[in-house]
Amino acid sequence: MAMTSSGTAVVTLPTDTQIRITRTFAAPRHLVFKALTTPELIKRWWGGDRGDVTSADVDLRVGGKWRYVMTANEGFEVAFHGEYREIVPNERIVSTEIYEGAPDGVSVNTVTLEEENGQTMMTNLAEYPSKEIRDTVINSGMEGGMQESFDHLEQVARSLR
Amino acid sequence: MNDLVAQLQMAQPLVSKHLRVLREVGLVGVRERGRQRLYRLDGQALKPIHDWVKNYERSWSQRFDRLEVVLEELKQNKEEHDGDDK
Repeated sequence: MAMTSSGTAVVTLPTDTQIRITRTFAAPRHLVFKALTTPELIKRWWGGDRGDVTSADVDLRVGGKWRYVMTANEGFEVAFHGEYREIVPNERIVSTEIYEGAPDGVSVNTVTLEEENGQTMMTNLAEYPSKEIRDTVINSGMEGGMQESFDHLEQVARSLR
Repeated sequence: MNDLVAQLQMAQPLVSKHLRVLREVGLVGVRERGRQRLYRLDGQALKPIHDWVKNYERSWSQRFDRLEVVLEELKQNKEEHDGDDK
């Protein structure tokens, strides 16, 4: 794929159960790390254009928990939480992620920060328990269908029990 | 085929194997010219995947656009504080 420009997120699907997202930021990686791990900063970016992050808890140590709550523009609330498995300050965070509407669909996310000439390339590799859940997460990006897609994710996760 | 082997620096049987899979899913077309086989990429076959991922990609771009604003502020604050520290 010939899409390596900064300014957009580049999504690739390395395997049937993975999603890889990369983007380059014009900032040194210790600042990117700070923005990824400081509750007051997470609240400002994590919701994107989809809603307001009303709460961000971060216990940044191995075995520590994180939890974000967002009120979506459509009015409903969604929450995600997980646990930190590996932390290398300014370089790498491995954590689990669970959408609370579908608690069986645990993904393992590896965020890597590589700095070159004051710019930081961030890579976010998410590993899902099945192709079906991975695909449903991608479908959740569909416009206007956020509630439906979260409902669907819930169904898919339930079917795995 | 020889061009591909040279470009990819992979063994010819391996390149053949990849090409066969790509042909089966319609990503490359092939025609014969004498003893040569000419392969052609058909990007159209990738469009459904691109369309599928596009909206997901956009929601991450929006998220990262906001992260970029936060980072800009952190950079500026740092410059101010660097002045204080010295």
